[in-house]
Amino acid sequence: MQIYLPIAEVSVNAFLLFGLGGIVGILSGMFGVGGGFLMTPLLFFIGIPPSVAVATGATQIVASSFSGVLAHFKRKTVDLRMGGVLLAGGLVGATLGVMIFNYLESLGQVDLLVKLFYVIFLGIIGGLMFVESLNAIRNLKKGKKPPRKKHSPIHGLPLKMRFRVSGLYISVIPPVIIGLFVGILTAIMGVGGGFIMVPAMIYLLGMPTKVVVGTSLFQIIFVTGFTTMLHATTNFTVDIVLALLLLIGGVIGAQVGARIGVKMKAEQLRVLLALLVLIVCGKLALELLLQPSEVYSIATGGH
Amino acid sequence: MHKFLAACLFWLASLPAAAEEIVLGLSSDTVSINTNFDGSEILIFGAVKRDAPIPADPPLEVIVTVAGPSEEKTVWRKEKRYGIWINTDAVEIDSAPSFYAVSTSAPLSVALSATEDLRHRISIPLAIRSVGAPDSVENASTFTEALIRIKTKANQYQLNEGTVSLDEETLFRTSVALPAALTEGEYLTRILLTRAGAVVAEYETSIYVRKVGLERWLFVLSREQSLLYGLMSLAIAIAAGWGASAVFNLLRR
Repeated sequence: MQIYLPIAEVSVNAFLLFGLGGIVGILSGMFGVGGGFLMTPLLFFIGIPPSVAVATGATQIVASSFSGVLAHFKRKTVDLRMGGVLLAGGLVGATLGVMIFNYLESLGQVDLLVKLFYVIFLGIIGGLMFVESLNAIRNLKKGKKPPRKKHSPIHGLPLKMRFRVSGLYISVIPPVIIGLFVGILTAIMGVGGGFIMVPAMIYLLGMPTKVVVGTSLFQIIFVTGFTTMLHATTNFTVDIVLALLLLIGGVIGAQVGARIGVKMKAEQLRVLLALLVLIVCGKLALELLLQPSEVYSIATGGH
Repeated sequence: MHKFLAACLFWLASLPAAAEEIVLGLSSDTVSINTNFDGSEILIFGAVKRDAPIPADPPLEVIVTVAGPSEEKTVWRKEKRYGIWINTDAVEIDSAPSFYAVSTSAPLSVALSATEDLRHRISIPLAIRSVGAPDSVENASTFTEALIRIKTKANQYQLNEGTVSLDEETLFRTSVALPAALTEGEYLTRILLTRAGAVVAEYETSIYVRKVGLERWLFVLSREQSLLYGLMSLAIAIAAGWGASAVFNLLRR
């Protein structure tokens, strides 16, 4: 069944979109990530214009994060105060990100920018996660306990604030900077940024693991929502029909994935997720490194 | 008197432009893009009206062109820099039709002479207007060629030689396939009759391509009320997320 997308102005198979949404949904449910980092490149591969893929990706993440955060509110695993601080940075970051995006689009380099960001961040995160989870599995086999957290230099910064839910008393500067950075990524890559936010909250801020996912989802809703609005009003690239088709598959997949995830061990899940991230990274890296079959491309309008 | 009439008739017959006229029919003069639009085909048919017998020689040929709305384009070329392939050179194309199809009853070079092609801008390269590339870019013509190559691959530029069927030099018909990725607007349709490469009659009409129903409503809303459109998108996304978790909570019980 072909569906004509009104904003992307291409005709695609609706079942292909359901399927893509479903697969990414299963993975995001299994691993507790938004899945935007998989969805956006997959949309590139099926021929959706990159600017539409990025903007629509953000819209779809609003839906999946909202679905996820409700469960976390019920379990009281959302640190609203920390979420607010991260959000303040995130909104500034998203604005900066859309400005960079629009500037590079006028230079004709937006494809390169988006792909480079993907390769760099997926490469770093995937690599770190892979090594870390392999070590964890090895330690588990030897029966060693994970090493205790050390005091980091972050604790010396001013503007301290008490975060009761997380049980932390730290400066607001690091969370604001993390929020800002992830906000930029949201606007440029069309991702929620959970895959960067979650490790940053655990390793840099020292937040307890049980509140990390809920808090990250909470602030992702607002940052991706804000990004959707920015893209919709400046670039007119949000395709609601595309978003709707993806999220129908996505929300069903996420629920299925969550069931599968419960049955697997955390370390095994992390190794699998790391491998997945590295595969997507490798595919995009090859596109940049190998000679394309067509070195010319057409952009609309002058420059 | 008889001699005078005969002379008149002879004069009329030798004046090609007035001698043969096109009467045209279209399967439809609007193409609607609805939700399940997956390309379309328009049938263009017609007859040649004349008040004199068919001239014996040279044979009549028919050329049909359909041109979508023109737009400004930029063609980029990638080069390997710092180990990766990035866009380096660009050439602006001042005006290129978003869609362009040429259908003929004989090979284009037979049906149309080069000078007539220049005058009426029929062949694909002549439908594209480019004032000139910056001096820093070498081989600027390769950019226009690339535009044609990419558009031809996507079926957006078509040269369909020999697809116009012509009966008794009077009735002609052809069908033009419009791809799924279609831009809205007025599609200028031209029908030209030629003899020995020279245009003897020309007829112009328009086919309108437009989004209808939901597609039209969403597109217009996203451009003219973008704030409202964005808010609506968010509301739909949040409702879908909430709905999904509510449904699955019910299922779990």
